[in-house]
Amino acid sequence: MMHTDTPDINFLSKKAKTLRIEILKMLADAGSGHTGGSLSAADIVTALYFYKMRHNPKDPKWIERDRFILSKGHAAPLLYAVLALSGYFDRSLLKTLRKLGSPLQGHPCSKMLQGVEISTGSLGQGLSIANGVAMGLKLDGLKSRVYCLLGDGEIQEGQVWEAAMTSSHYRLDNLCAIIDNNGLQIDGYCCDVMHIEPIVDKWEAFGWHVIDINGHDMKAITNALYEAETIKGKPTMIVARTVKGKGVSFFEGKVQYHGIAPTQEELNMALKEIGD
Amino acid sequence: MEIGEHLSEIKSEKQNPPLSIVKGCNKGGFIATRDAYGEALLELGKKRPEVVVLDADLSGSTKTGKFAKAFPDRFYNLGVSEQDLIGTASGLSLTGKLPFASTFAVFETGRAWEQIRQTVCYSKLNVKLVATHSGITVGEDGASHQAVEDIALMRVLPNMTVIVPSDGCETKKVINVIADYYGPVYVRLGRAKVPAVMPDDYEFKIGNAHVFHMGRDANIIASGIMVYKSIEASEILRNDGIDVGVINMSTVKPLDTELLLETSKSCRLIVTAEEHSIIGGLGSAVCELLSEVHPVKICRIGIKDDFGCSGPPEELLKLYGLTPHNIVKTIKEAII
Repeated sequence: MMHTDTPDINFLSKKAKTLRIEILKMLADAGSGHTGGSLSAADIVTALYFYKMRHNPKDPKWIERDRFILSKGHAAPLLYAVLALSGYFDRSLLKTLRKLGSPLQGHPCSKMLQGVEISTGSLGQGLSIANGVAMGLKLDGLKSRVYCLLGDGEIQEGQVWEAAMTSSHYRLDNLCAIIDNNGLQIDGYCCDVMHIEPIVDKWEAFGWHVIDINGHDMKAITNALYEAETIKGKPTMIVARTVKGKGVSFFEGKVQYHGIAPTQEELNMALKEIGD
Repeated sequence: MEIGEHLSEIKSEKQNPPLSIVKGCNKGGFIATRDAYGEALLELGKKRPEVVVLDADLSGSTKTGKFAKAFPDRFYNLGVSEQDLIGTASGLSLTGKLPFASTFAVFETGRAWEQIRQTVCYSKLNVKLVATHSGITVGEDGASHQAVEDIALMRVLPNMTVIVPSDGCETKKVINVIADYYGPVYVRLGRAKVPAVMPDDYEFKIGNAHVFHMGRDANIIASGIMVYKSIEASEILRNDGIDVGVINMSTVKPLDTELLLETSKSCRLIVTAEEHSIIGGLGSAVCELLSEVHPVKICRIGIKDDFGCSGPPEELLKLYGLTPHNIVKTIKEAII
């Protein structure tokens, strides 16, 4: 993908729409999977793959590529959709999600699918991995950047805070993490299950540069990603305030769609709403 | 802890006179496998710029401190955070680095087990986990610091290779060999000094056991510090007219299945000896294999479903039956 400095917001918004359509179709075909958290981070991931990240679908292991680590591995449909739309593999493969023999495992497996940097699915591990990648890139003198997407419920994992200390201790300014703060986790509202706020204060206290944005405002996302690149000597955390199930009114803010796929009927309604 | 460490090292030197029973061995003298690791890592670091080392606030004890001093830019102290240690090492491996991640065995394999499973093994990363302070010979620190379950925890993981060197010389060879092998490896090292047992011309190969002597009456399959204890036991038994062989099964996974099959066919008793729980370790691995391919009577010497406790290492070995005397007793009871 070519890296352009001025984001084409219209183009990106259209891409995000296509991404949501692919996610919904894929999940309906699979009959299971995580709908809410895939939709909530769709705008962020679109901005990464179609605007900010330097990567080459024809050469997935290109040494100078920027890396994306999906720490919230249950948003696998989102990753698969963006990889397919970017050209890492044929879009028809999306139909095989979660099926026997498919490289599109329920949670991403790097051994099975090109473009997946590392297998994830067990929460809390991605940021440590992203730190290691950022350290390695620095050792090699590469300008590549590392992006890591975390869920908000995920930051209840202790390892995230171990990693948070490491990122700032080693001044990993080539690392930008993003929290998909949709406010919901499987058992309910994050604030009821286990308080995570004040998120911004916490990350600032851990030595991070923090940018608080509306995670569905494409302009705000691209601006934040640009700002992150200008910060030196410390890692950047983008706290993206999002809506779970974003894009489909009857999924939005509904905790029950955390881990449930749309039925065929729901899919039809959703596609109509998005404007397929 | 530092005083205790010092005292028990002096003690173990006194209580373990160098062996003279195995031809060609002993030239390496007494050295803890962790010290050998520290030296090997330093040498490897000079030869291989891609080697990076990570520790979790125990670099003085694991001996990674030597590498840290020589190559500060390639050493990462993660502080007291084992889960982050494994994740960070994994990330470094994704950029083509060759990470060695070290801490005490109980924390590395226990505290970070799921990180090792999900990230290192599932993705088959080139991460080397070299843990020190395994087994009860940790001594005075007691059960919280004595890993007697680590082999079981690592052996069950797909893609994982498990190696338990018997002495300093073998440890150095192991470190060099695994640097050339692509994939996850767990190396189990100890705190206390141990005598050199391996012959000078010994070459370590993953999955190849070393036969000191093949016995007609019984054979001891040993790993780690139990190799020299087994050699002593075999000498005692020889004087009693019982021919007992000793095999160093330093690679616990993958097992040297061919040699084990041959051994089980050549004698009527096999004894396994390890400084680990008899559940899930070398003893279990040998039983699993032989019960399927050639059942033979097997006695397992190790920690019998128990935790360790505080005390001088040699006293602990006696308390838990990890002695030549107990091996001799076990064999005599089983075959006479």
